[in-house]
Amino acid sequence: MRTMRFLLQKEFRQIFRNRAILIMIMVMPVMQLIILPLAADYEVKNINLAVVDNDHSTYSQKLITTAAASGYFKLSGYRSSYKEALQLIENDDADLILEIPKNFERNLVRENHQQLFIAVNAINGVKAGLGVSYLNTILKNFNADIRLQVQPATKFNTAPLIEITASNWYNPLLDYHTFMVPGILAILITMVGGFLSALNIVKEKEVGTIEQINVSPLKKYHFILGKLIPFWILGNVVFTLGLLIAWLVYGITPQGNILLLYGFIWIYLLAILGFGLLISTFCDTQQQAMFIMFFFMMIFILMGGLFTAIDSMPEWAKYISRFTPVSYLIEVMRMVVLKGSTFKDVLPHFLKIGLFAVVLNVWAVLNYKKTS
Amino acid sequence: MKQFITFIRKEFLHVIRDRKTLLILFGMPIVQILIFGFALTNEIKNSEIVIVDNAKDVASANIITKITASRYFKVSTFLSQNSDMEAEFRKGKIKLAVLFPPHFNEQLVHENRAQIQIIADASDPNTATTLTNYMTSIIQEYQAEINGNNPVPLQIVPEIKMLYNPQLKGAPNFVPGVMALVLMLICVMMTAISIVKEKENGTMEILLVSPFKPIFVIFSKAVPYLLLSLINVSTILLLSIFVLDLPINGSIVLLFLESILFIITCLAIGIFISIKTSSQQIAMLISLMGMMLPTILFSGFMFPVENMPKPLQLISNIVPAKWFYIIVKSIMIKGLGFSAIWKETLILFGMTVFLLIISLKSFKTRLE
Repeated sequence: MRTMRFLLQKEFRQIFRNRAILIMIMVMPVMQLIILPLAADYEVKNINLAVVDNDHSTYSQKLITTAAASGYFKLSGYRSSYKEALQLIENDDADLILEIPKNFERNLVRENHQQLFIAVNAINGVKAGLGVSYLNTILKNFNADIRLQVQPATKFNTAPLIEITASNWYNPLLDYHTFMVPGILAILITMVGGFLSALNIVKEKEVGTIEQINVSPLKKYHFILGKLIPFWILGNVVFTLGLLIAWLVYGITPQGNILLLYGFIWIYLLAILGFGLLISTFCDTQQQAMFIMFFFMMIFILMGGLFTAIDSMPEWAKYISRFTPVSYLIEVMRMVVLKGSTFKDVLPHFLKIGLFAVVLNVWAVLNYKKTS
Repeated sequence: MKQFITFIRKEFLHVIRDRKTLLILFGMPIVQILIFGFALTNEIKNSEIVIVDNAKDVASANIITKITASRYFKVSTFLSQNSDMEAEFRKGKIKLAVLFPPHFNEQLVHENRAQIQIIADASDPNTATTLTNYMTSIIQEYQAEINGNNPVPLQIVPEIKMLYNPQLKGAPNFVPGVMALVLMLICVMMTAISIVKEKENGTMEILLVSPFKPIFVIFSKAVPYLLLSLINVSTILLLSIFVLDLPINGSIVLLFLESILFIITCLAIGIFISIKTSSQQIAMLISLMGMMLPTILFSGFMFPVENMPKPLQLISNIVPAKWFYIIVKSIMIKGLGFSAIWKETLILFGMTVFLLIISLKSFKTRLE
């Protein structure tokens, strides 16, 4: 116990003496939590719409004004031919082209049937998909409107009609920040914990102080614990800071029990710190540790389900994502913060992350050799 | 000249000797391309839903068959009570619930009017919107079927054309982004760290007192990374052509020339960071937070720049990766020529010259 106390004292001194680490703890959370959600706004709005109106009729005018007034589209220009409008797309000045053919109104009224052309820049799939579905909805409403004008509605429906009512739970205003902030906080904890612990032992190796520890009567698990505990405490500080920012800046407070969140973070930090230490024991230089950690971080962030849903991935990718601890944290954060899930709902996550923590830390202790 | 080549050889040995880092350097782009190309799709499919069927009649059964046949949805449970639904949502798996009221078919046939309720888990707003749209169109399809005999008057039929990426794959958006990211990583971070390392170890002094011109010491550090980056660019392009089926629509020569320009920009940033810092950890932090993060944020391949608040959009203009991303996208995917990207090229060129000049100005041959 006494050994442990001295060891912890040493580690804390070392941490607080290092300016880089303090920047990482204080600046990273603030920067990431304030800038990232602003940037990671996938709410699709302001789609630039180029219009090619070959008809110049009342209907075509009305359609264009309806689209422009919907709030989703911004008219970026009228062009007289499709080819010219395509130029706008090539220069990224437009995302979508709406081409209204000649005699649009006449054909619609006479033949009861008329086509319209929509071309969309699909390099960004999400934007293209949503843009088209917004425009489709606008078209449908416009279509229903003119139908009403031509044939006033009767009191009873002449044909069976299914009314669809849709409601959005847990986030009725469809605010993207509410969705991203808990996920970003999860990534943040992972990055801070992972990088700090990965660099730590390696630095001692590089500087040479590890030799002094190796010749001391210190037990292996003492050494690993001594490295683990300070970062575990720092991780909690960062998490608390993150929750405060989420509350003060975005007004997000957990729907579920906050102690449940802390409970999960405590176990999660053990797992991710264990992972960092494990990498640390494998590497000889800080540069190596940095790159290897960076490599894994990238996989964690991409496969963890922060930006794209894990459900949509192919089977093999789903398996990989099950091996990224961060995917569990992101899920738990979103469940507890947004939906108010209870301990019973997240119990499977607790068990899995506990397993990660045990395996990674035992592996790190076994892999740390006092003799080189 | 001979001295310069000797120095470059020394630097190469440094790089090649560190096997683990080298493995990551070459492995990283490959893994990234594979993940981006195959694992990440913006398409939403296989979403788990619950169906609460209070009607259990012909119409509801028909609609449910249609829903189960769709590849967007996977029906995970059928519930008989509305109240169980919330528990299902809280468990986190369910993205959407469809509710049929009692006597659904009866109302539909006799009153010509019936209701279906869709409830989406909107904690992820875009998924919720998209899934609601899919579900609505499935139900409308069914309605069109039962209305088969009396066609709807005045019908506008939109014909939709997806340009450049008809299957809405993620790759065309991501490959240019991965290129920018990998080049940034190797050139900025590796260069900065490797120079600062010599400072930290004290070997820099030895190099500076050698008869070799000091600034060339720095340049010789950059050459190996230039070559490594070119190898990586080639790997990424080969992978995207042969594995992702994403052809280069424009000129390859132009693409390589632009890549070299961007690599030099990055090396200039790396050299600048290394001149200004004295410890590896600080150099890492600056390149990570000052360079990597802005690249991921502002280049536009992960996050849509046009959605950001105005100040962030302005900041995005000073991130070199943004311009490179536009260039690569134009050449590779849109197949445009130099006339479409001369502006971006000029901006990158200007940045490079500026960075090299301030690096040279602030370079000191003496250590404090």
